[in-house]
Amino acid sequence: MFLEKLILVVIVFTISLVIAMYATYFERKVAAWLQDRVGPDRAGPFGLLQPLADGVKMFMKEDFIPKNSDKWLFIMGPGIAMFTALITSTIIPWGPNLNVFGRDVVLQVADFNIGILFILGVLSIGVYGIMIGGWASNNKYSLFGAIRASSQMISYELALGITVITIVMMTGSLSLREIVESQHGMNWNIFYQPVAFLVFFICSLAELNRAPFDLPECESELIGGYHTEYGSMKLGFFLFAEYISMFVSSAVITVLFLGGYNFPGMDHFSGNTLAILSLLAFFGKIFFFIFVIMWIRWTLPRFRFDQLMHLGWKTLIPVALINLLVTGLVIAFTSGWMTKEKQISSVDHQVEKTEIIVKR
Amino acid sequence: MEHLSNRSKVVSDKPMTFMERLYLPAIFAGMMTTLKHLFRRHNTIKYPEEQRVFAPVYRGMHVLKRDEKGRENCTACGLCAVACPAEAITMVAAERKPGEENLYREEKYAETYEINMLRCIFCGLCEEACPKEAIFLTDRIVPTEFERDDFIYGKDLLVESMDHRIDITKRQHTGKRSDK
Repeated sequence: MFLEKLILVVIVFTISLVIAMYATYFERKVAAWLQDRVGPDRAGPFGLLQPLADGVKMFMKEDFIPKNSDKWLFIMGPGIAMFTALITSTIIPWGPNLNVFGRDVVLQVADFNIGILFILGVLSIGVYGIMIGGWASNNKYSLFGAIRASSQMISYELALGITVITIVMMTGSLSLREIVESQHGMNWNIFYQPVAFLVFFICSLAELNRAPFDLPECESELIGGYHTEYGSMKLGFFLFAEYISMFVSSAVITVLFLGGYNFPGMDHFSGNTLAILSLLAFFGKIFFFIFVIMWIRWTLPRFRFDQLMHLGWKTLIPVALINLLVTGLVIAFTSGWMTKEKQISSVDHQVEKTEIIVKR
Repeated sequence: MEHLSNRSKVVSDKPMTFMERLYLPAIFAGMMTTLKHLFRRHNTIKYPEEQRVFAPVYRGMHVLKRDEKGRENCTACGLCAVACPAEAITMVAAERKPGEENLYREEKYAETYEINMLRCIFCGLCEEACPKEAIFLTDRIVPTEFERDDFIYGKDLLVESMDHRIDITKRQHTGKRSDK
């Protein structure tokens, strides 16, 4: 059992790193395609070795630590960013059980019953990597970037959390696997909660520090923001952590709204065929979201900081709250809380019934 | 006032409607625009493998021409150096010795002839100034070097070799000189 989990951890770790690696390549390719260019095509066939070349470059550069910086915090910053980016992938349910040599392998490193809370918690820690990195650099621009990052993340975490509560209310569970199981076939949450999906997607863009919310690292104003003073692989870690977070948050969006590994017509398959097809469906959805995030980056210009705050506090949070209220009312009506005819004692039973009715 | 072009646009600062304030329709429209570009053909020329077709009057690296018998046309009159706005051309003149008639067309020739390719702005005034049709700009590109000294081209690089004559007929015909 322990060995099985260990192997799974290694596989998930490797997949996250490889996908993040090729996301850097893909980002440049998408940018090129959207601008009628070719993109990297010199290293290897179609430039496929470009990430390796970039990695070698990053490692070969001088590992410089500014004299007036807080040395240990300066080293810790990228580490925390990388750690928090990677740890979220542990609770993603990658697919239904896979039968390997007669053993049922659960394709999930850890099925916490509070999985979604774990994600929100790790997301909050993620700010520390940027904040500590910016603070320890002892540079005004870095500090500006770090402050922007933390204020932006705190603002958008509220709306993000509220939309997550909406989903949790519908499903009746905080466990990611149960959230996925409840979206069997085509019963995806996005069809019931399009507004929540939109708010969640916008907020996760902001949490990722991706364009159009990439204020913490804008070159034109802050010369790189929180990683101004960084170089070599420490800079690489910051940039790499962003791509890993992009992969993981695409996975989370898929799990919460696009039915995770569910796909239409999945009842015709069973066993390992189902598991593999589900995995493919899941990764297809993830890659689609990674592409959409890149597509947005190369389409939209950056927000001004006050616009960012206006959008977060004055638009997204009220919209998310109203959506939460409406969802709550619908659930209350459909499960008969407003009428006196029936009072169901068991909370679990209530939730089950709610789910069935709402999903219909 | 009369408009200079038909591209002038009447602008207004009326408050945005609700749909405009949502921004989402505009964002989707923008994303569709970029999506269209995703399927459009790139117009990059991958340089070392394929090269752009140059115009016949392209002004690239210079050549010092020889005549049909292989004698250098240049008589070191210095008009090109005078015409050069970047002062890139220097030369030292010498007198033709008996027995060198097959090397130089006239009694005077350029012993050294140097063009500093870092100074040169490829304006083509040397070509225009030349009374002997000795110097021409060609469609060859000056290659990059690591040292500044390597950019000072002497006669070894500028004078065309007999084996590889540089074809400048296109330039001669497109130029304003009609007859020799």
